[in-house]
Amino acid sequence: MRFIFKTHYDQDLVLFKHAGARWSYGALALILLLAPWLLSEYLLSQLAFICIYGIIGLGLMLLSGYTGQVSLGHAAFLAVGAYTHALLVGAGWPFVLSLAVAGTLSAAAGVIVGLPALRVKGIYLAIATMAFGFIVEEILARWESVTGGNSGKQVGPPEFFGYKLVSTAEFYYLCLVIAVLATLGVLNLLRSPTGRAWVAIRDSEVSAQSMGISLARYKTIAFAVSAFLAGIAGALYAHKLRFLSPDQFTIIQSIELLLMIVIGGLGSVHGAFFGAAFLISLPQAIVWLRDYLPDSVANATGLQPTVFGLILIVFILYEPFGIYGRWFKLRTYFQLFPFYRRGLFRRQRAFQKSERLK
Amino acid sequence: MQLLQILLSGIAQGCIYGLIALGFVLIYKATETVNFAQGELMMLGAFIGLLAFAGWGWPLAAAVLLAVVVMALAGVAVERAVLRPILGQPAFAIVMVTIGLGFVARGAVTMVPNVGTETFALEVPYRFSTVNAGGVVIGVAQIVVIAVTALLCAVLYALFRYTRIGVAMQASSQNQLAAYYMGIPVKRLNGIVWGLSAAVAAVAGLLLAPITFVHVNMGFIGLKAFPAAVVGGFGSLPGAIVGGLVIGLAESLAGFYLPEGFKDIAPYVVVLVMLWLKPNGLFGETARKKV
Repeated sequence: MRFIFKTHYDQDLVLFKHAGARWSYGALALILLLAPWLLSEYLLSQLAFICIYGIIGLGLMLLSGYTGQVSLGHAAFLAVGAYTHALLVGAGWPFVLSLAVAGTLSAAAGVIVGLPALRVKGIYLAIATMAFGFIVEEILARWESVTGGNSGKQVGPPEFFGYKLVSTAEFYYLCLVIAVLATLGVLNLLRSPTGRAWVAIRDSEVSAQSMGISLARYKTIAFAVSAFLAGIAGALYAHKLRFLSPDQFTIIQSIELLLMIVIGGLGSVHGAFFGAAFLISLPQAIVWLRDYLPDSVANATGLQPTVFGLILIVFILYEPFGIYGRWFKLRTYFQLFPFYRRGLFRRQRAFQKSERLK
Repeated sequence: MQLLQILLSGIAQGCIYGLIALGFVLIYKATETVNFAQGELMMLGAFIGLLAFAGWGWPLAAAVLLAVVVMALAGVAVERAVLRPILGQPAFAIVMVTIGLGFVARGAVTMVPNVGTETFALEVPYRFSTVNAGGVVIGVAQIVVIAVTALLCAVLYALFRYTRIGVAMQASSQNQLAAYYMGIPVKRLNGIVWGLSAAVAAVAGLLLAPITFVHVNMGFIGLKAFPAAVVGGFGSLPGAIVGGLVIGLAESLAGFYLPEGFKDIAPYVVVLVMLWLKPNGLFGETARKKV
């Protein structure tokens, strides 16, 4: 068992809660750094994908998991970042500058989408963001002189001062560095007054407001930061796929992103990466599963969404905090060993609280 | 005359949106859950009707009845199996479950051999017939849509206004806890509301089938019914139909007068403007929480 005796208020804010965490995260960092030597080319490229989706997940987690604002239009932010970056890099801008502009432009879009959030909430906000997503998708398809329309747009490899990152390992390191920076940034934001204000807004807008938190200001910041991260991830996504077309940024993509963070575990930074890993590895798992299923089921195109939907339902019914929740329970089991008991995390029976009057 | 033609086709399309939105609103009103699988329920209803009508050769009325009854039972079953266990959890979790249900329904139908990936037409006798009324040509299918929508609205209105169960539903939707204390079987009511909503969805699917086609992705039209529900105010039954009409009209007018591409985003532009001007919709109730 481990006890953390807090002797100073600053201990509430430290990144690593105890010495063990330093070791485990250090080991994780080492494995990630050595990954190009440990994994095959294919797995490495999937790992890069996980980093990219993890960055989007972080942004969405900030917005939905920590601030409580649902977004069904996140693919649109991804698209804004991806297309901006593709255009600027295509025009010969340096990578870092273009990345920053892509993120900023996406953040600006986030602020605009956040405007209705100041007045509406819950399902209305979800539909407002969904509407924005549809409009962006249509613009991408129609504004052919810039986006290439439905025939798509080619993107080259990332380039630093004339050096092109063409190999999988180089690109993986780029994604890893940006993902680590994004994670640290998000962790820092969450420890700051801004992050505390977000959590307060999520838990109760009325009480947050009475504590002097400006709802408009913090919701706008949440949308901006979330969209910024999605924009950055979009830029990497463009390099990863080397090809952009509007059908990559549909409502289905937005919904899948939302499902990703729900399955990963709402309200946890770990959850963003767990969810990304799940989303990327599910198609692989299904390919592997095909060998064990009867042919008529195995070769059906609908297998993946069905499995995805079933897993989602099972998670919400039995493990509302997603993969992170499982992980947390497992960890608690070992930390409390042998005093863990089954009812420790039992959900309270609750009657429906009206959200109409929130 | 041309304008009249456009308006009529807009109204017919709007009725479909309105019917799907009606399904959303029924469930939202009673349980405060937004059912993202409504479009998929509609798709399932259309497929069942198609199976009975074209596959087994049943008469149309029997096929329609079968689809409605089966979907109503399916709605009750879904509520019992999936939604009741998480009653009282945050709305977000419930919305996610319904999205998951939509995925499963769509995926499962896709997996049915020789059916899932095909597109079918529901060959009802009136499918291609038209009526020429003083220069305006109207498809009979569209008239049927409008008539059935009006009829269904009247039935639902009567249900909520005059029957015991309807009044109980109203009470439960206004304050679930108080209704529970008054001895209203809230859980059973929720099941009935899901059944009702799925039945309405099946009707919408069967009405839409002759106009477009029956295929797995026809449920995506549900995404256009969301704006309809929001424009009308999410908790209002007449609002759903009015919102549907507004969206349908906006779409068909935009399709005719504005450049290509505006037709598809017109519903979303309308809903954004609506949220900006009147966030609670045309008929939505405004309520503030008192602390």
